[in-house]
Amino acid sequence: METKEALFEYVLRIGDDSLILGHRVSEWCGHGPILEEDIALTNIALDLIGQATNLLDYAGQLEGKGRDGDALAFLRYDREYKNLLLVEQTNGDFGKTILRQFLFDAYRTLLLTRLSKSTDEQLSAIAVKSLKETKYHLKHSSEWVIRLGDGTEDSHSRIQSSLDALWKYTDEIFFANEVDALLEKEGIIPSMEGIKNEWTFFVSDIFAEAGLVIPTNNWKQEGGRTGRHTEHLGYLLAELQYMQRAYPDMKW
Amino acid sequence: MSNKEWPLWEVFIRSKQGLNHKHVGSLRAADSKMAVENARDVYTRRSEGISIWVVESNNVFASDPSEADSLFEPADSKAYRHPLFYDVPDGISHM
Repeated sequence: METKEALFEYVLRIGDDSLILGHRVSEWCGHGPILEEDIALTNIALDLIGQATNLLDYAGQLEGKGRDGDALAFLRYDREYKNLLLVEQTNGDFGKTILRQFLFDAYRTLLLTRLSKSTDEQLSAIAVKSLKETKYHLKHSSEWVIRLGDGTEDSHSRIQSSLDALWKYTDEIFFANEVDALLEKEGIIPSMEGIKNEWTFFVSDIFAEAGLVIPTNNWKQEGGRTGRHTEHLGYLLAELQYMQRAYPDMKW
Repeated sequence: MSNKEWPLWEVFIRSKQGLNHKHVGSLRAADSKMAVENARDVYTRRSEGISIWVVESNNVFASDPSEADSLFEPADSKAYRHPLFYDVPDGISHM
């Protein structure tokens, strides 16, 4: 595999993470539990869609087949999406949305910090820009995890059950195959091992403060990085792609 | 579910270095940290500021509107408290 080909695959993965999570979070627009959170969540969704635009446009350039970010976002089938299973999971209640966001933000902050020093200039520039946004997302989601976990009996039991439900998707965050091995050797991406250790330490710390318990059931589910998704992605894509599929090349 | 509302916070934003923090509005938040974060999202999305203060509305003590007459009207008839009786020298444009 050539470097460029591997980098295309890699940028697609992290671009799809932003796109799919951004779309999920945008579903809260107008439905937030309070006005302040409605705005906060919509802001986060917009940041993620912005990051997806940068990453998918770059992926298109790397691929060199004339596809831009829009073509990659709107005109692929579910098997061609390489996002984590975690980010396509449904919003559930506010606690579940926050917990999903927290697990992702913690990983993403560590990843972007390292990607800012990538030997690939374009990737490093995108990482520097995105990191400022993502650090804020992490602050927002981690503060909420602590408050919901350490809040009322109701908020505690709800967010604990979200943690029980989502934990099985966290192992996949650190998925690595020959694509990663090649790019890591060239200094383009960091090692997933280092990120995994720091991530585990960080989230355990916040969960301890929130009084939440990491499930001991260690059954793990993966497949997103290789295009095998949960049932939820199809419904999400149907909504995301409807306009482009119904009215090809429509612009507005 | 609890129906207790979060406390109300008054938000002050400083738009540039050297200017004062100005009252821009209020919002609800569980505590001071969250109030600053909510203020960032609600009031600075269009680059309105570089610094945020929040004060719990409970801690603001206001003058009583029904006393406005005795508080403020006496000042209306004291024109001499304004420097209106000086001739402004030529060439001074902003007075």
